[in-house]
Amino acid sequence: MRQTIRFIRKGHMVELDQMAPTTMLLDYLREVERATGTKEGCGEGDCGACTVAVGRLKDGKLAYEPVNACIHMLGQVDGCEIVTVEDIAEDDGKLHPIQAAMVQSHASQCGFCTPGFVMSLFTLYQSTDGKLRRDEVNDWIAGNLCRCTGYRPIVDAAVAASAGTRNDRFRVAARDTAGLLSFLADNDDVFIGDSDRFFAAPATVDGLADLYEQHPNATIVGGATDVGLWVNKQLRDLPKIIHTGRARGLDQVQDTGYELIIGGAATYATVEPFLAALDPDIGELLRRLGSRQVRSRGTVGGNVANGSPIGDTPPLLIALGASVELRKGKRVRTLPVEEFYIEYGKQAREPGELLTAILVPKLDETHIFRCFKVAKRFDQDISSVMGAFRFTVGEGGIITEARIAFGGMAGIPKRAAGAEAALQGAALRDSRAWARAFAALRDDFQPLDDHRASARYRVETAHALLGKALIEAAGTSTSRTRIVGRREKVADGSR
Amino acid sequence: MDLADIISGDQRLAVVRQPIAHDSAVKHVTGQAAYIDDMREPTGTLHLAPGYAPIAAGRVTALDLEPILKAPGVVAVLTAEDIPGHNDISPKEVGDDPAITPERVNFYGQVLFCVIAETRMEARRAVKLARIATAPSMPVIDVDDALVANTTVLPEYAFVRGDPIVEIPQAPREITGEFRIGGQEHFYLEGQIALAIPGEDGDMYVHSSTQHPTEVQHVVAHALAVHDNAVTVEIRRMGGGFGGKESQATQWAVLAALAARKTGRPCKLRLDRDDDMIMTGKRHDFRVDYNVGIGKDGVIRALDVTLAARCGHSEDLSLGVIDRTMFHADNSYFYPTCRILTRRMRTNTVSNTAFRGFGGPQGMLFAERMMDHIAYVTGKDPLEVRKANFYSGSGRDRTPYGMRVEDNILHELVGELERTSEYWDRRKALAEFNAASPVLKKGLALTPVKFGISFTLIQLNQAGALVHLYRDGSISLNHGGTEMGQGLFIKVAQVVAEEFGVGIDKVKITATSTALVPNTSPTAASSGTDLNAQAALVACRQIKERLFDFIQETWNVGRDRVQFRDDRVIVGNREMKLGELATAAYEARVQLSAAGYYKTPKITWDRAKANGRPFYYFAYGAACSEVTVDTMTGEMRVDRVDIRHDVGKSLNPAIDIGQIEGGFVQGMGWLTGEELVWDSAGRLRTHAPSTYKIPTASDVPADFRVALHESGGNREDSIYRSKAVGEPPLMLAISVFSAITDAIASLKPAVMPRLDAPATPEAIMRAIRATTGGDM
Repeated sequence: MRQTIRFIRKGHMVELDQMAPTTMLLDYLREVERATGTKEGCGEGDCGACTVAVGRLKDGKLAYEPVNACIHMLGQVDGCEIVTVEDIAEDDGKLHPIQAAMVQSHASQCGFCTPGFVMSLFTLYQSTDGKLRRDEVNDWIAGNLCRCTGYRPIVDAAVAASAGTRNDRFRVAARDTAGLLSFLADNDDVFIGDSDRFFAAPATVDGLADLYEQHPNATIVGGATDVGLWVNKQLRDLPKIIHTGRARGLDQVQDTGYELIIGGAATYATVEPFLAALDPDIGELLRRLGSRQVRSRGTVGGNVANGSPIGDTPPLLIALGASVELRKGKRVRTLPVEEFYIEYGKQAREPGELLTAILVPKLDETHIFRCFKVAKRFDQDISSVMGAFRFTVGEGGIITEARIAFGGMAGIPKRAAGAEAALQGAALRDSRAWARAFAALRDDFQPLDDHRASARYRVETAHALLGKALIEAAGTSTSRTRIVGRREKVADGSR
Repeated sequence: MDLADIISGDQRLAVVRQPIAHDSAVKHVTGQAAYIDDMREPTGTLHLAPGYAPIAAGRVTALDLEPILKAPGVVAVLTAEDIPGHNDISPKEVGDDPAITPERVNFYGQVLFCVIAETRMEARRAVKLARIATAPSMPVIDVDDALVANTTVLPEYAFVRGDPIVEIPQAPREITGEFRIGGQEHFYLEGQIALAIPGEDGDMYVHSSTQHPTEVQHVVAHALAVHDNAVTVEIRRMGGGFGGKESQATQWAVLAALAARKTGRPCKLRLDRDDDMIMTGKRHDFRVDYNVGIGKDGVIRALDVTLAARCGHSEDLSLGVIDRTMFHADNSYFYPTCRILTRRMRTNTVSNTAFRGFGGPQGMLFAERMMDHIAYVTGKDPLEVRKANFYSGSGRDRTPYGMRVEDNILHELVGELERTSEYWDRRKALAEFNAASPVLKKGLALTPVKFGISFTLIQLNQAGALVHLYRDGSISLNHGGTEMGQGLFIKVAQVVAEEFGVGIDKVKITATSTALVPNTSPTAASSGTDLNAQAALVACRQIKERLFDFIQETWNVGRDRVQFRDDRVIVGNREMKLGELATAAYEARVQLSAAGYYKTPKITWDRAKANGRPFYYFAYGAACSEVTVDTMTGEMRVDRVDIRHDVGKSLNPAIDIGQIEGGFVQGMGWLTGEELVWDSAGRLRTHAPSTYKIPTASDVPADFRVALHESGGNREDSIYRSKAVGEPPLMLAISVFSAITDAIASLKPAVMPRLDAPATPEAIMRAIRATTGGDM
């Protein structure tokens, strides 16, 4: 067991043996290091002013990802390199290509969001080669808010910086940095604190399950994109933190050929290519879910486990017919995702029980799949209504099975049982069956009014989404039914 | 040298008119630009967290703070009883806005006490331990509640010309409408913050993220019961302001200063984002009711409009804000007969305040909505209706408040945009698209902006600057304006560098401080450059006058043969560095420092008579926006925007374009995705970026074309004939709202869609259903 955390700063290893369990990376940077370039704009991971780059080994290669330092626990950076806005210019003061392009493009006004943009774009610079399209840049900075510029010059800067060869000193030093990181990558459990207050990151799934069974009142932390708010906003005292991110293998996705096995600690970023390969709508959904910063640390397992009625992945997984794998100590069980949700705030997870995997059956040629996310803002917004649809179409264009799930329509993510039944056995283009499904849908849900949408709008929108799914399933091009996420465009890589 | 000469000699300008980067650009991108929270705190600095009222209206019957005092790290709790002087943060000191309310609660979020602790987290956690007993009463939440309850913060006020009540029914057609305009959260990225450091003799040094250091100075002094000269307020830069730090930065500075007085230690208050959004005011939201009589040609004969604003629980800046709504309820249109009536409603919500445009955008949105209404019910193209109603020559050039529009460039500017945006071709293409597209509908709109430049409170139209020339030829610049990202500091520095013929690197920009330039106006009303650059110019000219005299005495060379340029001073046949001249002048005992002062000429305003010339000039612009609406879900996308905006002769085109684009996008947010929601108990439900959605990069139109309007420059004698640019571009975004209306109007001829702002997907769907007669 290792009773320290270790990470790389400016080419050197930093080792800490004292750390409050929920210390955030941003507080460490600003208050301990006095590196105040990184700003706090909101404290909840929505504005991106605190974005830093986290370097880690992915399949043996160094990769930089953007992270919201305000909701990133310091313990999570164990084994990583942290790069902040102060670190990327040359020692002689020569600006990094991203910084130089930002100045050249007049991309800062008040400057408070600027460090976050610089670091988001730094990770984009490191993650790609070749000239970028504007929509690629827009996607990458969806988690960075600017209130002054209107973004155009920031995107210009990113595009301009991508035109040259990518040979900054981080690229040049990539192999050395990877060497340092592999030196840090040991197989020890990390445990800082005592049995009453600790931050722990077991190195194995067995260790994780055992520790959680011993401390069922501990808080399980995947990416901390939700738990970070409990600390910063609800001011909760969370004395025991068990971080899943170090458990070997738990952050991986396996493709067995007929299903995906998503590890309980796999981030959205890891899962994205696997799920997106099932259907372009899923890729589009994940693109719009959270932001690059949130997806680089947030886990699908966490999104499922915390049971929010407005999470986007549960309806998706329910429509796909996915199951969750739960483990308590040595005992492992599985259950369909829809059965995991009992009522608002209540899931079928026992104290000390861990979500270790999500099993997702792949789509085949009998399936027509659609999903839609409706929110006040296209990018990085929580859905007012999210709908996911899987129609299994048999001979003669008959729907043999309909799986329809919605988020935002009830206290839990929920299937539209009545609408499903109305479509089962009907021909895909049978407008009378559609009408029966629309009518049934009104009885399937009694949503609430809130600040995102009224109950009425939710009912109307659920109806509209089912209608869209059916119209498109019946053959209408999405260029005629959608203003974003057209399947034709997503497939060719542009939007 | 006369300004007119400078204009004619534009080609000689070396620094002014250049697209020079923001003075802090390199510091921004490297993280070296220090905001207040980045300053190294003095040893022993304490941290504050305010505790606020959990009800919207009523009384606090008991406040038990004992548990807080026992909490870890807590040093003290500040209450209303700790205030030695005035417990009032209202900008006009009318006494309606306590820093800490002693008992009576007027809104959910009103400060009841303030915890002082060793760390910020300890202070925030301790706040939750207070035991608060209340006696709530029925709150008045929105404009409709207040209209029923008839609660106001100020008397109603109207501009009246002729008798619209008589004339409207006599017009060939009468149109009646009603709609709602939402408010807007500023969402400056740097939240409210102040750091107060106690000094000797009761002095207080306050670092405050404020647009109005002088007001912070006054209010802090009054709260501490000391003279103004005991308080110094400094601000180098804000991380955004947008009006939200004009009057409402004060409270946090006052609390920090009171805590510093109480503890004798430096005290810092940085609001958490959620608290910031709950506890500080926003753009005023409105209910608008109008009745207009038009001719067959779509030209307005007579108009009667009532604009009722939610002002919140106190007056704050509502007098000026709502007056400006009236000043812009005409936008670019001549109203022969009219009554523009405003009602200033008091509600149990946070006090609404300044926000970029200062009430003007809401007035203008009304005018544009009325133009759309006329167009859709008469079947005319909205652009034709707009043009037919424009201010024009004699007889149609007087505003409802008596000022003549003398500098009208609407016709040429709009005509040019009409051509470059290919309005008519696209209008045709859109109709074809819509005819063939049952689900997706496109809309197009071209709307103008005419915005009055000057504070309508005349006394604020003055400014001071302090310029030092050092012996090495370097220059120190200070003025009363504050930098919030708008580029004021670089523009003023450009003017100073140009005056002395030196590069911008020779001019040191210094933090705004009440100790250097006193009695300043807020940096607001788009006036920052107009006022402060003029004051700085005056200061430079004073120093140069003395140098001219010195040169005459020393070398017998007249001023007509002296030039300051290319980092040199050319004196007849002689050439020297500015530093050499400064050193020589110093040795001859010439004063090389000057305080400049400027006040805007020509302006008058008699509010009682509702008559005068309140604006030195108008700034103009126009935008053409195209949108696509999904009629099934109400989702909307802005496809293309063309902007043409008048900045006179630009001092810095890069900075100006930044203001235009940024203002447009901010305005687009106001009218589309940014929705403030209060519940029936008066609690704001959208108090974080997770629930309040400002535009992101992908919301900016993929096709975004922005041009500066090449005009002959400001007709008035403004600084280098430039025009103010801070606020006017925000209102270009009204074209997006009108384009959405246009898309919905395509569903049914001759019907004006009932669309309220902001046009969220839900609001759009509601308007679609109302238009097509469905239920929603």
